[in-house]
Amino acid sequence: MKFIDEFRDKEIAQGLIQRIRAISSRPIQLMEVCGTHTVAFFRYGIRGMLPAHVRLISGPGCPVCVTPNRDIDLAVALSRRKGLIIAIFGDMMRVPGSTSSLQKEKAEGGDIRIITSSLEALQIARENPGKEVVFFAIGFETTSPTIAVALLQSKREHIRNLYFLNSQKRIPSTIRTLLQAERIQIDGFILPGHVSTIIGSEPYQFISSEFNLPAVITGFEPLDILQGVWMLARQIEEKRASLEIQYKRVVHEKGNPVAISKIDEAFERDGALWRGLGWIPDSGYGFREALKDRDARNLEVEVEPSKEHPGCLCGEILQGIKAPTDCSLFKRGCSPENPIGPCMVSLEGTCATYFKYL
Amino acid sequence: MSEKILLAHGSGGRLTHDLVREIFLPHLSNPFIEPLDDSARLVSQGGPMAFTTDSYVVNPIFFPGGDIGKLAVCGTINDLSMVGAVPSYLSLSFIIEEGLSVEDLKRVLFSIRDSSKQAGVCVVTGDTKVVEHGAADQLFLNTAGIGWIREGIHLSGLNARKGDRVLLSGYLGDHEVAVLSQREGFEFEGNLMSDCAPLSDLVGKMLEACPSVRCLRDPTRGGLATTLNEIALMSHVGIVIEEERIPVKETVRGICELLGLDPLYLANEGKLVAICPPAEAERLLEVMKNHSQGRAAEVIGRVTEENPGRVSLHTGIGGHRILDMLAGAQYPRIC
Repeated sequence: MKFIDEFRDKEIAQGLIQRIRAISSRPIQLMEVCGTHTVAFFRYGIRGMLPAHVRLISGPGCPVCVTPNRDIDLAVALSRRKGLIIAIFGDMMRVPGSTSSLQKEKAEGGDIRIITSSLEALQIARENPGKEVVFFAIGFETTSPTIAVALLQSKREHIRNLYFLNSQKRIPSTIRTLLQAERIQIDGFILPGHVSTIIGSEPYQFISSEFNLPAVITGFEPLDILQGVWMLARQIEEKRASLEIQYKRVVHEKGNPVAISKIDEAFERDGALWRGLGWIPDSGYGFREALKDRDARNLEVEVEPSKEHPGCLCGEILQGIKAPTDCSLFKRGCSPENPIGPCMVSLEGTCATYFKYL
Repeated sequence: MSEKILLAHGSGGRLTHDLVREIFLPHLSNPFIEPLDDSARLVSQGGPMAFTTDSYVVNPIFFPGGDIGKLAVCGTINDLSMVGAVPSYLSLSFIIEEGLSVEDLKRVLFSIRDSSKQAGVCVVTGDTKVVEHGAADQLFLNTAGIGWIREGIHLSGLNARKGDRVLLSGYLGDHEVAVLSQREGFEFEGNLMSDCAPLSDLVGKMLEACPSVRCLRDPTRGGLATTLNEIALMSHVGIVIEEERIPVKETVRGICELLGLDPLYLANEGKLVAICPPAEAERLLEVMKNHSQGRAAEVIGRVTEENPGRVSLHTGIGGHRILDMLAGAQYPRIC
């Protein structure tokens, strides 16, 4: 397959492994921030190909996993409101809240619909003018432009019945928080290529300039990943700390200006609540003044007090402090069929990935 | 006959009678069903008998390369074939949502007729229920099947032994992707067809040439990965497969890339996995390749003593990973 097979070539892959082995002399810990990378490392068998002293730590880059219980509980409460439709991305269906999940509410008769594009929420609202429609808007910078377009379009078309339960997140500030917390030793970052397709490389400059750590914006094919690891290993050995772009065929320094301008038109930067990491300044989006009437948090419902499962380590797993195998619930009560924490739900959640491949 | 199926068509009264006489019987006529008694009288063919049943709720009911009728006939024929039986008789039950067009029902019956004829089976008994709008989705089918197991053949998931070879009869994932492509929001262009087909003839040829085949399975829901895991668990052996040797069409690979699906977990409706002793693998492969249902067959892996109950995959780039059963993925109704 064109543009795929070139990046899965066995000989080149083996060559890159040799180069990593040749250059990397001491134990290093690399954080792959994004769940898509975690899956790719396992799926292509890359973890087993790397030298044993290259340790990979999974980061917080799974949008379902970092959505706080508070927001899931609010969605659950909203779904119980008569005549209200909840539109969600599929993974959110099974994420357990404090006492319920949207899947359970659907079985109880809640009108909850899975969509694959933000614009479908708009369509549901158009087709159901007599009902309130709430779009549970989660995602990172990769999804935000589409959410912004749906929001702006609803305003333009005077669609009054569509509300946004905004739980979007931004990656760069979260990395800063992880580094400031100093709870984990990280020698370099494998940064998600698709996020930088939107935001460019500039927002990550601080990793090298302020924290003196190497970082490589990396694609998702096996050769991309191996090259990314090699670039990090080389920087570490040469005692350099720069921000480099491996995924040059897609990522530009300035990102995608059209997408950025759409986000900017709809949202302003704001703090956000992350599961496991708490409130992080400048890590999310708030509505622009003219669009605040579309905020689903304005809808009045009674929400149960949020609580976490006491044994669940998702919070620490999202920060890379613990691995899924450190959790006493992992494979013992918590499984993809019966998830206790969100990291076991999403296809790109760290626990679900470990469960599937380990 | 009205143009739509009404609740009254399932009432057991005159309309039911008309439906059976005018729509069903002309397509399904054979000496076993004809008397329309409460049960069919069958002829035993001697030896051990195989009996199986399955229900079909695929959405949409028509898809490229087939429909729910063809699926219901082939699915049950294939289940019988996988234990080495020659499929003989089928039952056929309809649960119809009121409002289904008679035209659609006829189309489904045409393909039931064609598929059963192709595989040499008779539909010998059946039932029809009509439910209120919303209580079913257009049309649900159930088939059960009876066949007689060929003499000297004992196929089972319990039989895999160290050193055995694993063969796959062709391209993975065509059925699931063909069905997905018809669903709302996924209107892909392309000419991909479901692989839905009866495997009874292919199995007959395989067992004739290599009666020592240990196990046959059709990798339907859950795909190849799940089927191999079941065999590994049942036989308490390990299975190692080579990604490079697994046939997947470019179209299917492309759509999998786009949607984040893994072809190894996609449903198939006209493929089989065979486990056979190593000395037989070459001959078996040749027989499969000479059959229209097995043109793209490959030896994809082997059975090992190590890691009992686990399946592992050598990846295309030279890595290695565990291949688990399908768990927790959200799939639409595909069969």
